[in-house]
Amino acid sequence: MSIPCRQAFSEKILELAQTDESIVVLCSDSRGSVTLGKYASELPEQFVEVGIAEQNCIGIAAGLSNAGMKPFVAGPACFYSMRSAEQVKVDLAYSNSNVKVIGISGGVSYGALGTSHHSLQDIATMTAIPNLTVILPADAWQTKAMTEALTRHEGPVYVRMGRGAVPDVYGPDGMTGLSPEFAIGEAIELMTGQDVLITATGETVSLAYQAGLRLAEEGLSTTVLDLPTLMPLDEKAILGASTRCKVVISVEEHSMNGGLGSLVASLLCENMPRPMKKIAFPNENLVTGTSSQVFQHYGLTVENIVSQARLLLERGGTK
Amino acid sequence: MKDFSLIARTRRAELLTMIHRAGTGHTGGALSSVDILVALYYGVLSYRPDEPRWPERDRFILSKGHSVEGLLCILADVGFFPKSELNTFSQYQSRLIGHPSVKVPGIEICSGALGHGLSAGVGMALGAKRMGKSWITFVLMGDGEQAEGSIWEGAMAAAHYQLDNLVAIIDRNHLQISGDTESVMSLENLAEKWISFGWVVKECNGHDVVRLVEQFESCPLQTGKPTLVIAHTIKGKGVNSMENIAKWHHGVPDANQLRQALDELGIKEVDL
Repeated sequence: MSIPCRQAFSEKILELAQTDESIVVLCSDSRGSVTLGKYASELPEQFVEVGIAEQNCIGIAAGLSNAGMKPFVAGPACFYSMRSAEQVKVDLAYSNSNVKVIGISGGVSYGALGTSHHSLQDIATMTAIPNLTVILPADAWQTKAMTEALTRHEGPVYVRMGRGAVPDVYGPDGMTGLSPEFAIGEAIELMTGQDVLITATGETVSLAYQAGLRLAEEGLSTTVLDLPTLMPLDEKAILGASTRCKVVISVEEHSMNGGLGSLVASLLCENMPRPMKKIAFPNENLVTGTSSQVFQHYGLTVENIVSQARLLLERGGTK
Repeated sequence: MKDFSLIARTRRAELLTMIHRAGTGHTGGALSSVDILVALYYGVLSYRPDEPRWPERDRFILSKGHSVEGLLCILADVGFFPKSELNTFSQYQSRLIGHPSVKVPGIEICSGALGHGLSAGVGMALGAKRMGKSWITFVLMGDGEQAEGSIWEGAMAAAHYQLDNLVAIIDRNHLQISGDTESVMSLENLAEKWISFGWVVKECNGHDVVRLVEQFESCPLQTGKPTLVIAHTIKGKGVNSMENIAKWHHGVPDANQLRQALDELGIKEVDL
């Protein structure tokens, strides 16, 4: 497929909503950015436009779920994870509302638009809210499988995906060749080895997998773990994989503070400490550039993952 | 005809006793909104205490969640949970906390963070429209709460979607924690603000239960428009020494004050 996850979501939700009239999609002047134009024109009775008002959008979605509908709110992750964070906390998570928030163009997707449009705090914020499931799909295939799973899952969920096309990790032409089976709360082991464990989430999973291949070529056997669900975290899978590996790396499109790396580090620290390197963005206003320039600038690259793994091993991993 | 006066005085006595026993509560706002709640729960709303999530029920949201005490006393009285449970209010491990929680049967949504209720009410009313259901959604807001910007987002959406099955109520008691609403952040002209947002606005005495019931039953006042009822109330209503005094926003009556209050309300004994 190699299409943007937001497009995969839009295609799938249209298909599902055509046979389930309880599904309703809400946008905050964001139908174009999400690629929901077709959905809005084909299913106007299952679409709600609220204008540029994210707080209101979450509250309305909570009310629609109380009425018996299955609301999906879709708009920029930067606004839904910050502007409407209190509505997500109280109206959705605390109230146990069956609402799915689909944050699009997350991380540094908006590149040069700057910090106002980056969402590099959302994993930190959303995983600290009780009773909220947090998911970052890796590619379009996983997004479609996840969307289907979300329609069967009762309860509040925050999802973050990016803006641009992502290389397929899953599917017949995907780099792993694995079928995109998805279950909330379950990690997927993409590659199995004993030297390095690379944990990754969202659209950096493809980088982690390519780094794993490169390390394997160098004779370093690597486990690559895709963690699409960050809350609840698949602790068993992480601990299981780290038991047999000497060093651990985390890769994510998020701040160093409070993201996947922090979750993995605190889990390992309490159970089986391992030398570890977090590959993420520093907690600062980032350099101007396209998202790929920003990735390059801060070392979210296959090359850096490989060299950080080598460095960790040279310094001596856990025997 | 129900004796609304006796019902309202009894609920006031219960909530004051509950706050006294708990040692915490929002006394002033709870007293000012009791008559509005009595009008709704004893005269207007359709609900089933033995089936709290009955799909066809009317919806009520207490957006001014800090006035939960009166609502809890009413929910217990009409049978959503045993009245004796009111003694656990705000106590260790109780589900009766200081703001509405969905753990309590009869509560639709958690509230307490101000400015959230109207948007949720818009969703409930819009859901009814989309699904062809006939329930009515009521949202009770505070007047100090009107300073929250999100309320005006909800107000816009309600008018845009022509939600004539939505009734918002403002408990207009003129007092918030820091003092008079007009000195803290002036709200007037409140009616004109709501009218300009596309609502039909009615003002009435928020302590006249019979009038409130008539008012709510006559909604929608105009097809295709949401209704706002500005209920003029007195903070601390029903107990002279608590009326119109800002410190009673979350003041807790001691044993003497409670006894005097019950005397004034004409309630000899509170059975909790």
